[in-house]
Amino acid sequence: MYRYDDRDHAIIGERVAQFRDQTERYLAGELSEEEFLPLRLQNGLYIQRLAPMLRVAIPYGLLNSNQLRRLARISRDYDKGYAHFTTRQNLQFNWPQLEDVPDILAELAEVEMHAVQTSGNCIRNTTSDPYAGVARDEIADPRPYCELIRQWSTFHPEFAFLPRKFKIAVNGATADRAAIRVHDIGIQIVERNGETGFAVYVGGGQGRTPVIAEPIRDFLPEEDLLSYLEAIVRVYNQLGRRDNKYKARIKILVKALGAEEFAARVEREWEHIRDGVDKLTPEALSWAKSFFTAPDYKQLNDAESDAALETEVVADRAFARWLERNTFPHRVPGYRAVKLSTKPTGVPPGDVTDRQLEAIAELADEFSFGEARITHDQNAVLADVEQANLKALWLAARKHGFATPNIGTLTDMICCPGGDYCSLANAKSIPVAEAIQRRFDDMDYLYDLGDLNLNISGCMNACGHHHVGHIGILGVDKKGEEFYQIQLGGSSSESASLAKVLGPSFSRAEVPEVIGRILDLYVEQRRPDELFLDTYHRIGLQPFKEKVYAKAS
Amino acid sequence: MPKPAKGNTPPPGNPAQVIVDGAVKTNEWQLLPLDEETAALAAADLPPGRLVLPLPVWQQVKDQLEERRHEVGVWLDSDETADQLGEDARTLPLVAVHFPAFADGRGFTTGRLLRERYGFTGELRAVGNFMRDQLTYLRRCGFNSFAFQGEQAPEALLGSLHDFSDSYQAAADQPRPLFRRRGLA
Ligand code: HEM
Ligand code: SF4
Repeated sequence: MYRYDDRDHAIIGERVAQFRDQTERYLAGELSEEEFLPLRLQNGLYIQRLAPMLRVAIPYGLLNSNQLRRLARISRDYDKGYAHFTTRQNLQFNWPQLEDVPDILAELAEVEMHAVQTSGNCIRNTTSDPYAGVARDEIADPRPYCELIRQWSTFHPEFAFLPRKFKIAVNGATADRAAIRVHDIGIQIVERNGETGFAVYVGGGQGRTPVIAEPIRDFLPEEDLLSYLEAIVRVYNQLGRRDNKYKARIKILVKALGAEEFAARVEREWEHIRDGVDKLTPEALSWAKSFFTAPDYKQLNDAESDAALETEVVADRAFARWLERNTFPHRVPGYRAVKLSTKPTGVPPGDVTDRQLEAIAELADEFSFGEARITHDQNAVLADVEQANLKALWLAARKHGFATPNIGTLTDMICCPGGDYCSLANAKSIPVAEAIQRRFDDMDYLYDLGDLNLNISGCMNACGHHHVGHIGILGVDKKGEEFYQIQLGGSSSESASLAKVLGPSFSRAEVPEVIGRILDLYVEQRRPDELFLDTYHRIGLQPFKEKVYAKAS
Repeated sequence: MPKPAKGNTPPPGNPAQVIVDGAVKTNEWQLLPLDEETAALAAADLPPGRLVLPLPVWQQVKDQLEERRHEVGVWLDSDETADQLGEDARTLPLVAVHFPAFADGRGFTTGRLLRERYGFTGELRAVGNFMRDQLTYLRRCGFNSFAFQGEQAPEALLGSLHDFSDSYQAAADQPRPLFRRRGLA
């Protein structure tokens, strides 16, 4: 992974000092609430319903065990002993004291971490595929590019006060596991005539106006990455709306101009700078790549390793289930990537205790070269596990509550904090998630349903990605009461689509039953090997509508 | 076309003191607001002394300034762009960029383009409602002059010009991004 040099340390250290000074001035009354707001936001500090909330950046989700241990310690010393994995591969502390935040940032800086630009109207943490570097369908490892983008965007002097927040995602595989089409800029690594480059998408986003990003360039040569990004963000900074925060995202600008016109403006701006100093040199590219080389894999024989695993599988059905759902094929023979589920029933999705953070560190050290990744579905990945160690890992993960074999199933939900924590909520979301997990607790049934994303947001800000859930649940306010709208057919994959509203909303108590009816219809209608989303695309919304709103006979 | 935000923002004022090149100085420039009166000004009607004209006024009078060229600058509002000065930027003594609110970051782009694309070498002044904590970014975008609207004593703000000793990106203050300076160019 990327390691800081003296310059990185100096820059991040100076940021801590700067924020300490700003916090002191605020507490002394020298900085107004209004002035302090963007400053604390650019350091990841929100003031929430119950307490401040500090969002720590985990660049493209990648962490080492030392950093995990530090996060655990911070959660214990400054918070209530737990933390939360977010959908943008970051980590949140929910209860720090404002006065302590400069100290927390100093503790983070010691382990090469920060909270820079994790909120505010600036370029946010760049996200990526949690299987970067190990996936079999990878065209090229996205992490070197993510790191170059991280450095380019960190304290970018021109782009710290954009019209609105700005999110970039990079995907390096044929399957899109980074949801690039719902980002302000989505970058897809492609290969053309043996040359690595990028297809560039702009103007995606969720929130109250969900939009799928439009392609603006089929092939951008590798060395032009930063200058082209600079051109896009510059055009947005000049032309993006600033009169209405709900119309300020780049997606609105791209819609207003049309993708073609937007692209033409970017190209015109880019002509001025494409051969300038931001052009990546071959040395810079190989330097960035040098941090993401393969770890010291053993030479293993795939067939032998598979056979040995098969014996264990036959002997233990619970292990077999976990293996099927919670592990992912690896490009290196004899290895697998493992997903640790943070979604056992009754725990808010993405929440982990200090002890669990340490457990991930221990598992990473023991089984996966000391590194882990946070995923956008709020789980954790150990990317490089030898197959012979899977059983031992499974047993250990089970002990720490990470082995719920539900990855990719209905109960592996994305869920926002909702009304329990968030002041903007129309409705609670965590209890809905729990009610669904309780009702659908039969693993055989869940496996039979297969891959199914259910995403829940407590309001139209869409933190829980309901627009791109195969099933989306949205909290709405109906005359002061909490109701839930159901949506179907969303996806954030390479064939991204936005979910459509099923019909009138339901009370919280009704939601599990409604989900049950939707699933019943799917099971009735599906063809062999057809996943929920495929059936939905084949038969459309109407049959689901009829099933759900049918009068009881 | 999307319309940038405008209106309801206080016009930039004329504080007695300004920060120029890292030191507190007496403000020697009088900035004229854009209103009905100034909009009708011809070159001959301009008050004496060093002036900063609104862009539309400056465009009207710029070819008649003659020996006053060195004492007449221009200010750009946040929806006015560097290319509206174009080649004239090379000869202007001062350009002021208005920040109607500190969250309106368009002026950062304006600054960089004036310096890096249009060859402006005169005094680049931030006016309006920017704040102390933006000084490092402003300096990096080419601003060397700061006319604060608020109450704070300018001396107290000087320290914030250099909150960071190094930076990742190239900008008006740093011709090479860090990846080129890491000995990799
Ligand atoms: C608890 C307090 C929270 C508040 C007040 C909050 C607020 C918001 C708001 C206002 C938006 C819409 C922004 C826009 O207009 O584009 C938003 C979007 C979003 N939030 Fe949150 N959020 C909270 C927590 C979270 C958490 C815990 C996560 C991650 C699990 C999260 C992930 C997101 C994502 C992914 C989006 C969508 C961004 C997009 O439009 O593409 N938020 N949030
Ligand atoms: S979706 Fe709404 S309720 Fe949920 S965290 Fe975001 S702002 Fe809060």
